[in-house]
Amino acid sequence: MTPIIEKKELSLGIKSLTLLSPLISKKSKPGQFVVLRVSEKGERIPLTIADADSKKGTIKIVFQEVGKTTKELGKLAIGDHILDLVGPLGTPSDINLFGRVIVVAGGVGIAEAYPIAKALKKQGNKVVTILGARNKDLLTMTGEMRHVSDDLFITTDDGSVGRKGLVTDQLKELLEKGMNVDRIITIGPAIMMKAVSDITKRFRISTVASLNPIMIDATGMCGACRVSIGGETKFACVDGPEFDAHKVDFDQLLSRLDMYKNSEKISDHKCRLVND
Amino acid sequence: MSKYVIKKQKVSTRPVAERIKDFQEVSLGLNKEQAILEANRCLQCPKPKCIVSCPIGIDIPKFIRCIANENFEDAINKIREKNGLADVTGRVCPQEKLCQAACVLANKDVPITIGALERFAADVSIDKEIKALKSNGKKVAVIGSGPAGLTAAVDLAILGYEVTIYEAFHESGGVLTYGIPAFRLPKEVIGKAMRYVKYLGVKIEKNVIIGKSLTLYDLFELGYDCIFIGSGAGSPKFLHILGENLNGVYSANEFLTRCNLMRAYKFPEHSTPVYVGKQVAVIGGGNVAMDSARTALRLGANDVRIVYRRSEKEMPARIEEVKNTKDEGVKFMTLANPLKILGNNQAHVTGLECIRMELGEPDTSGRRRPVEVKGSNFTINVDMVIVAIGQKPNPIISRTTPELKVDKEGYIIVDDRGRTSFEKVWAAGDIVPGPETVIEAMSGAKNAVKDIHLYMKRREEKELVLNPVLAWKF
Repeated sequence: MTPIIEKKELSLGIKSLTLLSPLISKKSKPGQFVVLRVSEKGERIPLTIADADSKKGTIKIVFQEVGKTTKELGKLAIGDHILDLVGPLGTPSDINLFGRVIVVAGGVGIAEAYPIAKALKKQGNKVVTILGARNKDLLTMTGEMRHVSDDLFITTDDGSVGRKGLVTDQLKELLEKGMNVDRIITIGPAIMMKAVSDITKRFRISTVASLNPIMIDATGMCGACRVSIGGETKFACVDGPEFDAHKVDFDQLLSRLDMYKNSEKISDHKCRLVND
Repeated sequence: MSKYVIKKQKVSTRPVAERIKDFQEVSLGLNKEQAILEANRCLQCPKPKCIVSCPIGIDIPKFIRCIANENFEDAINKIREKNGLADVTGRVCPQEKLCQAACVLANKDVPITIGALERFAADVSIDKEIKALKSNGKKVAVIGSGPAGLTAAVDLAILGYEVTIYEAFHESGGVLTYGIPAFRLPKEVIGKAMRYVKYLGVKIEKNVIIGKSLTLYDLFELGYDCIFIGSGAGSPKFLHILGENLNGVYSANEFLTRCNLMRAYKFPEHSTPVYVGKQVAVIGGGNVAMDSARTALRLGANDVRIVYRRSEKEMPARIEEVKNTKDEGVKFMTLANPLKILGNNQAHVTGLECIRMELGEPDTSGRRRPVEVKGSNFTINVDMVIVAIGQKPNPIISRTTPELKVDKEGYIIVDDRGRTSFEKVWAAGDIVPGPETVIEAMSGAKNAVKDIHLYMKRREEKELVLNPVLAWKF
């Protein structure tokens, strides 16, 4: 049982929980994640470690309430406990001195990109950040991100804040203007990462995507999270979650993510019937 | 009554029509009268071959005599001298290839049903606390709570060690919990076995992944005197054929984990979903393939078939489970090998292209090698494929422990005492190369514990001799 010691509502439906877990906070590195189970009948879901403080023994998770489990998680309060928490999982991000790095993050992916941007900045990289969301209310952690970025751009689909349009519009503009870029990191919805990858491929800039396939155990024992990387099957939970974006079969990832769409609807619906 | 007139007592099973609607145990075991009759059939051989054929050397005639004499508590105590998981092994051991094959009555085709008797003794035993064992002050960390880890933990605890098991999942039991379905191994049985382990004073830390949450180096820093690795071979093998990542294609590990560990068959009461098609192909011929096929059937598949590249004779699954699987209506398509998985434009599986096989010369495993019959390709319609062609070791521990030598497939290399290349670290079960049954994993674990104990005693003696201050104190 892991106690919740802080809870924040970052934006509409996006919440953060700070959990007391000395074991995980001590080992956690940027790019890694945890798997948690809220209750006895609950499912296991993966969430990125958005921040870790090994002195306080805490980690922070950020999630968007999109279905049954994240809604259950959102109902928990300070002092409540997470039933099962395991981590840190996955291979840490490759943090090196690359030169100029563009971090392209969308939606709740912004929180996931934060520890990586922070580490890259600390390593001495020039960090350019492009953040995107559907609208102003769904933007998260822009303050923190600004703090670790040399340049920060914001886009929203409806133009309620920053530039109207998609992160890819901003990215394309920077690259077309001839910005010298050594590496691009993208985290967010698969469809966004695919679009980012398509652009950077044209510009031949090495690009890393943090993939988000379905996971169960996340220790490499089932292959639910398998993805096709350059024609080879890899398990995102142990070999990733970060991969060379230009080698990822995004269409396959997108269709595999839709596998349980109907079940998710049933589950979410039942959950409301029970709780409300 | 003479031993020769008692008929072999048959274990009864629940009727097919009833059992395929639920996940409750299929085999009903022996009742008390049957067990006593069956126990009375045992000839109590002076040189019993059954003991030698049991990988962990249970004194089979002795415990059977206890049952015959209706001393059921003595029976389970006799078994527990060698086996803390009798409830499990009585149910899942391939007895027909081990103890029962060696029974002298097997010549007359009526071997004692040793497994059923072992199960009976375990099932009637009373779940009770055990008087605290005296600690010898030494601490051992056991990695993994499957059959190897549990056996090592039990034996170490009885020897006086303070044992902590580290388990990656949120439930203990390893393959007993996530792999073997409840219709073969009920959850209550695992629960009872786990309580026995806890009564012996063994601590279980769940949700800790060794290699990630803690490394082997961390464990030594935490004060463990030695480490036993029983982390199993949990990484699924895939066929590496076209279409394997289509929706509707599962590894058996994923399908069974969703169903057994996450209780997806109770969706949406339990939150984990599972997809089950109407026409299902299960690739493989082992127990895992049988378990997957029968689970799919229970979840509403109309048409389930096993696709196996050799003939039925070579199937590694337990004979009893092959029979149960067939009785339940699973079709067997043997001497067929999948070449390609076909899908539609929604990236969902729609078919399986296979090729006919014939058996050639025996290979290194002694089984006849399957060879493709050229031009015999054919396609079957399926909307779900479960791949159950075996597992390989999970690399998480070895990747973070360079001292630990592994072979090219990732199995941890051990000597005949279970010692790894890393001093004070032992390993057994599916994480080391070799056979793959529950009982063999247990046998390896027992062997390693014997050596751990020897090693610790020798080290103590050495310290006494080499350290004059210590020697003086004593």
